[in-house]
Amino acid sequence: MKKKNKRLFTILTFMALFAGGCAILLINLRENLIFFYSPTEVFEKQIDRTQMIRVGGMVKDESIVKIIKTIEGRQLEEISFVITDFKKELVISYIGILPDLFKEGQGVVVEGFLKNVGKFEAKTVLAKHDENYMPPEIKDIKTIKDKKI
Amino acid sequence: MIFSLANPLRFQRLIEKIEPITLNIAIILLLIGLFFCFFGSPPDYLQGETVRIMYIHVPCAWFSLMIYSIIALCSIFSIVFKHTLADLISRSCAPIGACFTLATLLSGSIWGKPTWGTWWVWDARLTSELVLLVIYLGLIIINNAYEDKSKADRYSSILAIIGIINLPIIKWSVDWWSTLHQPASISKFSSPSIDSSMLLPLFIMTFSFLFFFISILLVRVRGEIIQRKIEVIRFNRMVS
Repeated sequence: MKKKNKRLFTILTFMALFAGGCAILLINLRENLIFFYSPTEVFEKQIDRTQMIRVGGMVKDESIVKIIKTIEGRQLEEISFVITDFKKELVISYIGILPDLFKEGQGVVVEGFLKNVGKFEAKTVLAKHDENYMPPEIKDIKTIKDKKI
Repeated sequence: MIFSLANPLRFQRLIEKIEPITLNIAIILLLIGLFFCFFGSPPDYLQGETVRIMYIHVPCAWFSLMIYSIIALCSIFSIVFKHTLADLISRSCAPIGACFTLATLLSGSIWGKPTWGTWWVWDARLTSELVLLVIYLGLIIINNAYEDKSKADRYSSILAIIGIINLPIIKWSVDWWSTLHQPASISKFSSPSIDSSMLLPLFIMTFSFLFFFISILLVRVRGEIIQRKIEVIRFNRMVS
């Protein structure tokens, strides 16, 4: 074998083995690599209630409720809403500032603790936006079209 | 064709001709692109004006990956065929790629605060892009760590080849794992989910950055060629 071919062969073998190794590693670490669980996964898994987790889903339409609560003598506004992955639903309660993109029908990722079954107390709320970008006028046209269908 | 250009002298002469042209194209496209970014494109239905960060963020991210691919290809070429020009190109690419990666991370962070509500999260896309920056920095450090340049080139090539694994991870992280970062808007197999009025500034900026990258790369490669020549002359003087 020529020296060049030998080097090429060595590199390709090395790359294939290394890629294979990384693939095995990543597949097995999947649990730790996902940023958030879906509501369904929260119900299916045994989740430690003392551990902070993240759950992502869509804010259900007309589910945002604001209640004034008195905690330690201060009046705070608690926001509660429902997130869904269209299979299971989770009721979230949160006290704090919401990101601008937080809206009904939009994706969110909440970080906090699981309370009772189907209840979740969020410490942070992050808005997730999708890959669609369009001017407002076109969005209006599209929603009108969707309603017709 | 490629092998005739592999002669550094001929390549140097070609650079001197092309370099000013590419820089001019980059500047003209940048001016047109910036006009479209700020005045010639609509705000987003959801994000409003913040969407304009995309026109910087997305091309930078594309180039952070593309430049790494160039380095990786040159590194394989350099180890297999022992070619100096491949070394010169990968050596010149590393700092440019690092800058594009840093620009991606910074613009993404500025974009993340108003849209997601956070500057930084440890999700797969963001973390793997940060790893890319670290690899770039590693390449720059190795490139400058040795007196013997051929040794430096060999070690940095090995690091670059190992780092290739990070490219598919960055590219498909948003599809493989649930991330806060949204999936790709533009892919080969489906029509882009960005409105055409917003695609125009994005593509103008991309081409502007492309020509900017080429012109900076050419200047750096020319510098490297001259530097190596000086070293050869110095070595000959010392010997004689």
